[in-house]
Amino acid sequence: MSETMIRTRGLGKQYRIGAARNRPRSFREAIARSAAAPWRRPEPAELVWALRDLSIEVAYGEVLGVIGRNGSGKSTLLKLLSRITNPTTGYADIRGRVGSLLEVGTGFHPELTGRDNVYLNGSILGLDRASIARRFDEIVAFAEVERFIDTPVKRYSSGMYLRLAFAVAAHLEPEILLVDEVLAVGDAAFQRKCIGRMGHAAEEGRTVLFVSHNMTALQGLCSRAIWLKDGTLAEEGAPGVVVSHYLQDAAATRPHQFWPDAGLAPGNDRVRLRAARARPADSNPAEPITTRTPVLVEFEYWNLREGAQLSLTLHLTNEDGVLVLAAGPIDGRQSQIRPLPRGLFRDTCLIPGDLLNDGLHRVEVLVVDRDTDLVYRHTDVLVFEVRDTPDLRGGWFGKWKGAVRPILDWTTEHLDAGVAAPLSTAP
Amino acid sequence: MGLPDASALPGVPAIPPGPASAVVRVAPAGAWPGFDLPELWRYRGLLFFLVWREIKVRYAQTVLGAAWAILQPLLTTVVFTVIFGRFARLPSDGVPYPLFSLAALVPWTYFNTAVSGASNSLTANTSLVTKVYFPRLVIPGAAVLAALLDLAVSIVALLVLMLFYHAAPRPAAVVLVPVSVLMMVLTAAGMGFWLAALNIQYRDVKYVVPFLLQLWMFASPVVYPLSLVPDRYRLAYSLNPLAGAIAGFRSALLGAGGPTGVEFGVSLGMACLIFVGGAAYFRRTERVFADVA
Ligand SMILES: Nc1ncnc2c1ncn2[C@@H]1O[C@H](COP(=O)(O)OP(=O)(O)O)[C@@H](O)[C@H]1O
Repeated sequence: MSETMIRTRGLGKQYRIGAARNRPRSFREAIARSAAAPWRRPEPAELVWALRDLSIEVAYGEVLGVIGRNGSGKSTLLKLLSRITNPTTGYADIRGRVGSLLEVGTGFHPELTGRDNVYLNGSILGLDRASIARRFDEIVAFAEVERFIDTPVKRYSSGMYLRLAFAVAAHLEPEILLVDEVLAVGDAAFQRKCIGRMGHAAEEGRTVLFVSHNMTALQGLCSRAIWLKDGTLAEEGAPGVVVSHYLQDAAATRPHQFWPDAGLAPGNDRVRLRAARARPADSNPAEPITTRTPVLVEFEYWNLREGAQLSLTLHLTNEDGVLVLAAGPIDGRQSQIRPLPRGLFRDTCLIPGDLLNDGLHRVEVLVVDRDTDLVYRHTDVLVFEVRDTPDLRGGWFGKWKGAVRPILDWTTEHLDAGVAAPLSTAP
Repeated sequence: MGLPDASALPGVPAIPPGPASAVVRVAPAGAWPGFDLPELWRYRGLLFFLVWREIKVRYAQTVLGAAWAILQPLLTTVVFTVIFGRFARLPSDGVPYPLFSLAALVPWTYFNTAVSGASNSLTANTSLVTKVYFPRLVIPGAAVLAALLDLAVSIVALLVLMLFYHAAPRPAAVVLVPVSVLMMVLTAAGMGFWLAALNIQYRDVKYVVPFLLQLWMFASPVVYPLSLVPDRYRLAYSLNPLAGAIAGFRSALLGAGGPTGVEFGVSLGMACLIFVGGAAYFRRTERVFADVA
């Protein structure tokens, strides 16, 4: 049964970085450059290995988790395996049709009806007309859009649109399924649906590659995991072990980041990050953060689209991969989201003292437009350490349990001096 | 909401293990990758759907829809008749100037639409290029084929004008018209492949294309007859595949002043050369599309 479905040998992908700057972006410039120095090769400094010398095997029916920080080469691996981009070195042998849930909705056209889009999307994803026709009713039923199937999709709600797009992708039944959680935009219910569908795929004997930052889902679904670090394979093995090593990767603390150049800053054509910082709220930024310290978390970002209704969401995860808290600009009654002009913004969030437990904390920031549209997501944008406060532990020396460590109002009252009678004998 | 149990869905068989599926090797592409014709053939369904999407969207989105396909060459004919026919008094092989120029503007408009559509096609479909694998040639290919519908519609308009002027096609038109159209499809596709590949890499290409097309129109026998070109330059002139295609198309329908067999052959040869050359350049640069898009 251990048929190899994917085998890579020395697989590598090199990109030119600062593509926006160093590459000739205009034809005129390209001609001028090659006329000026026709023999010149690209300088080595302009190149970066997104993935380097990767040799892995994935067996039939296996669910392989892929973890690693932003920029570690996970998406590049999926793009190479789905043949979207071409490797620079090495090769990958792939047995069977590759499909991916990162293609959800690709090729959908707003002017076309739901029916037309199902056919079009199916054919883009590699199905012939007869196979789409055979699955058509199931797809429509799964998406729950029967009544609107002959309406142009521009009249669909975003939920209907996503359901239909997902239904097509979910009914493709490729032998190898690639899932990139980061790209699977949509609300939580929709993401659950993607993850649920993945579990099924594995049960049906499909081979799945799952890129995720959700360590719980990853450990629950995957039979094996690989950890990519700066484009190379750092570790491969049981998901539990790999995940814990990844999370403990101590070199990872990064309490502040700053990208002065908007052209190179992380983000996309809608938003770019400029800075992220986590520091003690009332003391010197150089002071360590302890469990008692209120922590200020700041993000600076450029909004690049006039009138975008952007809001930031912060996810704070601890060493065990547990999501400690999620926060956003919501004061409990109503959201404060309003259209923003273009320009530079700063969001600041105060995490009170006596809340976080000690250990490494990771911050993920999500930028959302109009509450539903995930514009950008940056995992591990900050990683900071919360130090233990031993004097508050009483006699306990072990690791303090729990995701949070609040100091709660706790009272002990002396109710009666006598020894209590067993409760069961009370009248 | 939960997911329906996949095993309850009909037609969802588990995939049996074993060597049934072919192994695909993903490896660095060589400098001049081949055309992989079997793969293109497997994706013919996608080509069909993209053509169909293009047509459907165009006809649903533009107010004038099919009327535009007729109006565009017709209005140009009116302008050309006044300027080149009346004012400049260009010769027209004895054919009434409006008919003479429409018979060339119909194929020219096709070429113009096909080339500009194809050269913008990759940049208009970056979400496809960066998210799914398929032979990228089908994207500009679909734009070139979709424009054929406009050509068919405008040919009908041309036939109506011919009735009006009592012009009758030559019997050879049965062969000459399809071959001329084929030459234009090949040339448009070759140019389209080449420009689309440049366009996704360099931002200024899209400004060059309309200018290039305009020059090309005046280098082709659209407003003037082939007979205006001095004999000793005729063969060199026929290296422009549109010279043979447009003059061939026009003379097949209106009778006068067509290219010689040799000239037509030279144009056909060039059309094939441009087609293969454009496709080869496209395939060579294809691997960077997803990285720069
Ligand atoms: N199209 C591209 N052009 C230039 N560099 C790229 C491109 N795509 C990815 N990279 C670079 O390759 C590296 C790996 O990126 P990626 O595979 O997206 O990582 P991950 O998915 O783990 O976040 C990063 O340094 C990124 O900047």
